Amino acid sequence: MSARNEARLWLAQRATAALLAPCVLVHLATLVFAVRAGLSAQAILERTHGSLAWGVFYSAFVLAAALHGAIGLRTVAAEWLGWRGAGADAASAFAGLALALLGLRAVAAVVL
Amino acid sequence: MLRVAVWRGGAQGKLQEFEVPRRPSQTVLDVVTYIQRRLDSTLSYRFACRVGMCGSCAMTVNGKPRWTCRTHVDRVGGDGRLVIEPLANLPVVKDLVADLREFFDKWSRAGGRFHPTQARDADFARVRPDSRQRREADAGIECIGCAVCYAACDVVKWNPAYLGPAALNRAWTLANDPRDGAQRERLAAVAGDAGCHACHTMMSCTELCPKHLSPTRSIAGLKRATLGFALGEGES
Repeated sequence: MSARNEARLWLAQRATAALLAPCVLVHLATLVFAVRAGLSAQAILERTHGSLAWGVFYSAFVLAAALHGAIGLRTVAAEWLGWRGAGADAASAFAGLALALLGLRAVAAVVL
Repeated sequence: MLRVAVWRGGAQGKLQEFEVPRRPSQTVLDVVTYIQRRLDSTLSYRFACRVGMCGSCAMTVNGKPRWTCRTHVDRVGGDGRLVIEPLANLPVVKDLVADLREFFDKWSRAGGRFHPTQARDADFARVRPDSRQRREADAGIECIGCAVCYAACDVVKWNPAYLGPAALNRAWTLANDPRDGAQRERLAAVAGDAGCHACHTMMSCTELCPKHLSPTRSIAGLKRATLGFALGEGES
């Protein structure tokens, strides 16, 4: 991979980290609120079904986590396993894609 | 007495034990010199200035890279035991001598050479001492090339192509030199997986730099400076 594309991956990982930080805080705050308010799963789903805001929020969260994780796994493969090149790139892209699909499926179940 | 274990041989060598008299204000280099002059003249090691200027005498002392001429035994060998080995992350030539070729080749690969934009008959360039660029360059300019940071860096160990803290620190001082005419080429040279973007900010280089420089800070500066490159600036 070219130095420019490596730099782009670094930038993408930084940008997704910046997005993930507030996403995690909002997610944790929501969890704490739901638990303390004694909301049942049914009550939570009633609030999230059809909500565009929660749909956009969790979709962004999932996509950022998938991209961030895939780039990180690629680095772990290179530095800890010595696995570099097209094979490692494809494997980390596959991991990111799988994370994105599984995450978006969960978002769909909560929102739609 | 000090019990001293010293690396002997090449990469496949082993530690050899010596006993060295403890003296006041004794440095690790004093200990190695005592062994070479009094106990075993076949011991190979490297030093030149003995006063912390030349960067020749760095070795691994009790597991950490140190400049041995300014490292007092009192500071690192409190229990009377020293283990002295060649610098890590570099090939061993013999005993305590590491081969620094790759280390300095990477300075060159990182664009560590000054590219003048003026002929020799031009007037002096005026760089204000309080300008941001001058202060950034000042913060990293006192590197003595001892390779302590390179030996301390885990990313160098994991990624042999990584340019390393010293070469990137050098690139950052030149990136802040308004007289230099190769800025774009240098930023391209230090970007990517072998360059500043591989740094995980673990700061071993900054912790162990004997000159108290912060290569980590310089690398962070390069990461900011290469943003334009990452976004496609200068792409044909």
